[in-house]
Amino acid sequence: MAEILIKNGFVIDPSRKINGDVMDIAIKDDKIVDKVGSGAKVIDAKGKVVMAGAVDVHAHVAGPKVNAGRLMRPEDKLFKSPDAQEHYRMEMGFSIPSTFKTGYDYARMGYAFVMEAAMPPLHSPHVHEEIHDTPIIDEAALPVFANNWFVMEYLKNNEIENAAAYVAWIINATKGYGIKLVNPGGTAAWAWGLNCLGINDPVPYYDITPAEIITGLIKTNEYLGLPHSVHIHQNSLGDPGNYTVTLDSLKLAEGVKAKNKFGRDTVMHSTHIQFHSYGGDSWANFESKAKEVMDYVNSQKNITVDLGCVTLDETTTMTADGPFEHHLNNLNHLKWANVDVELETAAGVVPYVYDKNIKVCGIQWAIGLELGLYAKDPMRTFITTDHPNAGPFIRYPRIIKWLMSQKAREATLASFKYTDKVIDATNIHGIDRELTLYEVAQMTRNGPAKSLGLSHMYGGLGAGLDANVGVFNLDPKNMPSDPEMIEKALLRAAWFIKSGQIVVKDGEITNHGNKRTVWVNAKVKENPQVMRDINEKFLKNYTVAIGNYPVWDSLAPNPLVIDIDVEA
Amino acid sequence: MPKLITGVGCPYCGSSCDDIECLVSDDGKKILETRNACVIGNEIFHHVSSPDRPTKPRMRQADGSMKEVSYDEAVDFTAKALIKAKKPLIYGFGSTNCEGMSAVARVAERAGAVLDNCASICHGPSFLAIFDNGYPSCTLGEVKNRADVVVFWGCNPMHAHPRHTSRYSIFPRGFFTTKGQMQRTIISIDPRETDTAKLADYHFMLNQGHDYELFDAFRTVLRGHDIPAEVAGCKREMIIEAAEKMRNARFVMIFFGMGCTHTDGRNHNVDIAISLTRDLNTHTKSSIMAMRGHYNIAGPGQVWSWQFGFPYCIDLSKGTRAHMNPGETSSVDLAMRDEVDCFVNVGTDAGAHWPIAAIKHVKKHPFIAVDPNICMASEISDLHVPVRVVGVEEAGVVYRMDNVPIQFKKVIDGPEGVPSDEEFFDRVYTRMCELTQTEPMWIPAKGHAKASSTSEH
Amino acid sequence: MAEKITLNMITQRAIEEGQAMEKGKTTPEYFQACSIVEMNPKDMKKLGIWRNTNVRVTSEAGSVIVKAIEPTQFVPPGLAHIRQGVWANQVVPPRTQSTGVPQYSGFPVTIEPAINERIKSALELVQGAVGIWKGGN
Repeated sequence: MAEILIKNGFVIDPSRKINGDVMDIAIKDDKIVDKVGSGAKVIDAKGKVVMAGAVDVHAHVAGPKVNAGRLMRPEDKLFKSPDAQEHYRMEMGFSIPSTFKTGYDYARMGYAFVMEAAMPPLHSPHVHEEIHDTPIIDEAALPVFANNWFVMEYLKNNEIENAAAYVAWIINATKGYGIKLVNPGGTAAWAWGLNCLGINDPVPYYDITPAEIITGLIKTNEYLGLPHSVHIHQNSLGDPGNYTVTLDSLKLAEGVKAKNKFGRDTVMHSTHIQFHSYGGDSWANFESKAKEVMDYVNSQKNITVDLGCVTLDETTTMTADGPFEHHLNNLNHLKWANVDVELETAAGVVPYVYDKNIKVCGIQWAIGLELGLYAKDPMRTFITTDHPNAGPFIRYPRIIKWLMSQKAREATLASFKYTDKVIDATNIHGIDRELTLYEVAQMTRNGPAKSLGLSHMYGGLGAGLDANVGVFNLDPKNMPSDPEMIEKALLRAAWFIKSGQIVVKDGEITNHGNKRTVWVNAKVKENPQVMRDINEKFLKNYTVAIGNYPVWDSLAPNPLVIDIDVEA
Repeated sequence: MPKLITGVGCPYCGSSCDDIECLVSDDGKKILETRNACVIGNEIFHHVSSPDRPTKPRMRQADGSMKEVSYDEAVDFTAKALIKAKKPLIYGFGSTNCEGMSAVARVAERAGAVLDNCASICHGPSFLAIFDNGYPSCTLGEVKNRADVVVFWGCNPMHAHPRHTSRYSIFPRGFFTTKGQMQRTIISIDPRETDTAKLADYHFMLNQGHDYELFDAFRTVLRGHDIPAEVAGCKREMIIEAAEKMRNARFVMIFFGMGCTHTDGRNHNVDIAISLTRDLNTHTKSSIMAMRGHYNIAGPGQVWSWQFGFPYCIDLSKGTRAHMNPGETSSVDLAMRDEVDCFVNVGTDAGAHWPIAAIKHVKKHPFIAVDPNICMASEISDLHVPVRVVGVEEAGVVYRMDNVPIQFKKVIDGPEGVPSDEEFFDRVYTRMCELTQTEPMWIPAKGHAKASSTSEH
Repeated sequence: MAEKITLNMITQRAIEEGQAMEKGKTTPEYFQACSIVEMNPKDMKKLGIWRNTNVRVTSEAGSVIVKAIEPTQFVPPGLAHIRQGVWANQVVPPRTQSTGVPQYSGFPVTIEPAINERIKSALELVQGAVGIWKGGN
C-alpha cells in the first residue's frame, strides 16, 4: 500500500462538521492522514462529492437463512443477474445476491462496513464462512439472544451477572459483535407453534415476558459495556396496529444510561422501524403511525433507529421471527422455509412481492420514507431496507433519492394504482422536507458508526480513521434537477478506497481488497455456575459437542478484534 | 502414551456425529481404537491406516496399466484436461469438506465446467420440491428435545444412518421428551419391513411407488374429508388413526429419504410431503427434513448457493453467469446425452453408484478421480489422485443433514506428501492460470490457520 | 413354476453394504454384501429356485448375475431388492424423469435361474463395461 491524495473534492464529513468544503483527503497505507508526500497517487475529485465509506447497521447478508433464501429461489437469479465483470467472480442473484455480488455491490456504492443482523449461534461457523467469501467489505455479525434458553432462565431470576457471563461466552465463541433481539419470547414460543404479540405476553413454559427479556438484555449490554447497544426487532412485526407495541418497547429504554468506552450514548437500537409503525386493526384500515413513533424517538436521546424502507421490489423476506414468516406465508401462500434452532432461536424465509398496485405495499413504502423525513436527529436515524426484507440493499441510493427529492416521491406516489387510498392512510403527500447530502452522510456514515461504537474507525474522514473514502459524481453545490441522477451517482461510485486500496473505479471493481471480520472479545470474571450450565446443556440438550462449537480462528483469517475487559 | 482425542466428527453419513473418541498412537500417525462410532464409522477410522491405501497419483498408460506419477504431473494433467475440454463435468463431493468444495468451485468457474454433487442422484428432487414449496425444517436438537411423533418416510436410518435414532430421533431423552422412546409415536412408511419399520408403532407397508397417493390421503384426512377404504395398499382406518396421532401431537417430525426421491414421482413426492408439513402447522408444530446421505453432502448445497445461488447442477460454461436446470444440467442426463468431454470425480464413486450406461458415456473422455481410496472410479480413471481423508487427516467445516455447520477436527497426520482436496485443487487452479497466462483470483484463504484448530481443542 | 418372473426392483442402502464399502469395493466383504438380490420366498418358489441360487436379473438397461437370497429385511411378494452398488447399477435405468436422478427404485426386472453362471466381481463389471478389464472371464 502507499499514499493517495484525493484532491479538490467537495468533502462532506459530519464527524468534523464539514459540509461541502473543497478539500483534499490524504491517505497513507490504510489510514487517513493529514498530509502525504509528493509521490502520492492523485485522484482528481474536482466537482465530485467525497464522503467516508458508508456503514450499514442492519442487513441480512451472510448465514443460514440468507442462504436458505438463495437455495430456495432459483428464480431470483433468472434474468436478474448481470454478466460477470471480466477477471472477477460471477455475480448471481438480485434480492439475495451471492456473497461475491454482495461484496462487489456494497463496494460499488461506497460501503466499507456491513453488520449481519442476525446470527444463530449454533450456525456461526456458517455465517463466518460466508463473511469470508464476501470480498472487500468489513463485516461483523450480531448473535441472537432474546429466545435463548439460558438467557431466559437467567433473566427470569434477574441474574444479570450470569446473563452477562453467558452472553460474553457466546459472543466470543461465535466471534459475534453484540446483542440482537428478535421477537423476544415470540420466537421461543414458535418452537411450539405459538407467538408473543405484546410485550407482556408470557413466554410459554419460561415464565418470563418479552418486556423482562428486553429490559434484562439492555442491562446485560451495559453491564458488559459492549460497543453497540442492544439491537432489537420488536414483537408484533408487520401487524396492523403494532405501533403501540413499538412504543411500549421503546419506553423500556427510558432512563437507562449508556456505559461503554466507545463513545456510544444510546442504549437501544430499534431496527427496521417501518415494519413496527403501523396503525389500524386490519389490512382494510391499515395506516401510517410514522409520526407517532418518530415523535417519540425524537423526544428521546438514548434510542437509535433504522428505517427498513420498502423499495417496491420482488424480494425475499427472512427473519429470526419464525412466527411472523409463518403468518406472512398464510397471507401470500408462496413457498415457506423455516429453521428452528435448538435452544437458541428460529428463522423463516418467504418470498414477497411489494407491488405498487397493492394498497398496503404503497402505504408501507410511504411509512418508511415518512420516518426518515420526520426524523429530527439524522445522527440517530439510519437508512436501511432491512435487506432483503423490505427490498435489496442496492436500492439504498433509490431510498436516498426519495428522501432528497419531493419530486421523486410524488412521481412514485402518482404511479400507484391506489394513490388516493395511500394518501388517505399516510402523510407522505405534501411533506416538503428534502434531506441534504450532509444529513444523508449522517444517516449512512457518521450516525451508524457511532451507534455501533465504531466511530474511531469508520464513518468519518478525520486523520487516524480507516482510509475508507468514496468519491461520487454529484456536485452538492449544484445538485441535479433530475432526481434519477442522485440514484445513479450513489449506486456506482466514481472511486472507492477501502482500507487504503482503490477497490472501485468508475463504478467497476478493481481489486478484491482486504476485507476484515470485526468481532468483540469480551472478558468477564470466571463464572463457574454459568460454565457448568453450559456444559450441562451441551451434554443433555444440544446435538453438537461443546468443543466443536466455538468458531475457529481460521474461519476469520483477517480479524479486527475489539477487546472488552469487564473487570477492568 | 497413546492419546485420546474426543469430540471427533465421523465422516460417514448425514448424521455427522461429533462425539467419536479416537485413541491415537504416540507418534500421532495411527488410530488404535475408536469409541462411540457405528460399525461403518469405525471401519473408516481404521481403514485410513490400511497398507493398501494409495499415496501417489497413478496415471493410465497406453497399455492400459496404471503408473505412479508425481503430484506435479497430476496437477498439470488435470489443469490441461480442464482447459482443453469445452464442457468438463466436475462431480461428487459426498466426502470432502467445504474448503475443498470452495476450491473446486473456483477451478470450475475458471474452467467453464458443470459443477454438480451427489445430490444430483440422491436428494436432487428434494431441491426441486424446495424450489416449489419451501422447506419448513429445524435442527436435529429440536427433534430430540420436542418431537413426540416421528415419521420415517422412505428412509431406513437403522441401516443408512445407524446412530440417527439413538442420537436424535427415536431413543434420546430431551428437554421436553424426558421419557425418550416411551414418549414418541414412530410411524414408518416403507414397502419393506425394514429394521426401522420394526421399531415403529405404525408401519405402512405401502405399494412401492405409491407414496404420493398415501401423502395425499393423510392431507385429505387432516382436512376433514373422507378417503377410500384402501389407499396405496394401506387401510383407511390405519391412515385415519395415524393422521389423528399427528394432529394431536405437540411436534410432528417427518424424515424422508431415497424411497421418495429415487422412484416414480421424485420431486412430487417430496413436494406433497412439504405440503403435509405445512398443513400440520395449522394444527400443531411440524417440521420436515431430508435424510441426507453423507456427512457433508449438505455442504455443496450451502457453499455453492452462497457462491452461485444454486445448490447443484450448476452449468458455468457460459463464463458470465451460472445456469441451473436439472434434467438439462444434471450429471447423469449430461452424460447420457454425451454433452461433457471431461469428467472429474471428487470424493465420491460414480463408477459404483451411477447406472453403468452413464459411466460408459463419460469414460469416452478424460476421466480423473480424486479420492483417498481405491474405488471403481479410480480403477477406470485415466488419473487417480489420492488425497487426505477429511475428518480423520484433514480438518474442515461440514454441514450436517439439518444444515448445521460442524467443525470437524483432524485426528492424525495424513500420509506424507498427500495433499487435501483443497490443496490439490488450489494447485490445479494456479496451474490453469499459469497455462493461460491469467491472474489468479484469490480471496484470503482460510486453510492456513487450520493447524491451530485440530486435535488440541 | 415359471422360467422367469417379473418383479418390481428397488435398490437401497444396507448397513452391511455401507461397512463393506468403507473397507473397500474390491474386498470380498463388498462382493458378499452387494452381489445379491433379496426376494420373497414365495417368489423363489414360483421361480423354482432354492435360496442362495445364482439368478440373472434383467432390466431395460442391462442384466447382471447375482445370488438370490431370502430377505434380510422383509420384502413382500412382487418386490425385489438389490443393495445399492456395482451390481445394482448394472440394471438401474438411467432415465431421470428430467430430474437428474436415475430410476434407482421401482423398475421392472425379470429374474431367471442362472445356476451355472458366475457372479462377476465389482472390478470386472465396471472395468468390463468400459472395455479395460484385463482379467479372464
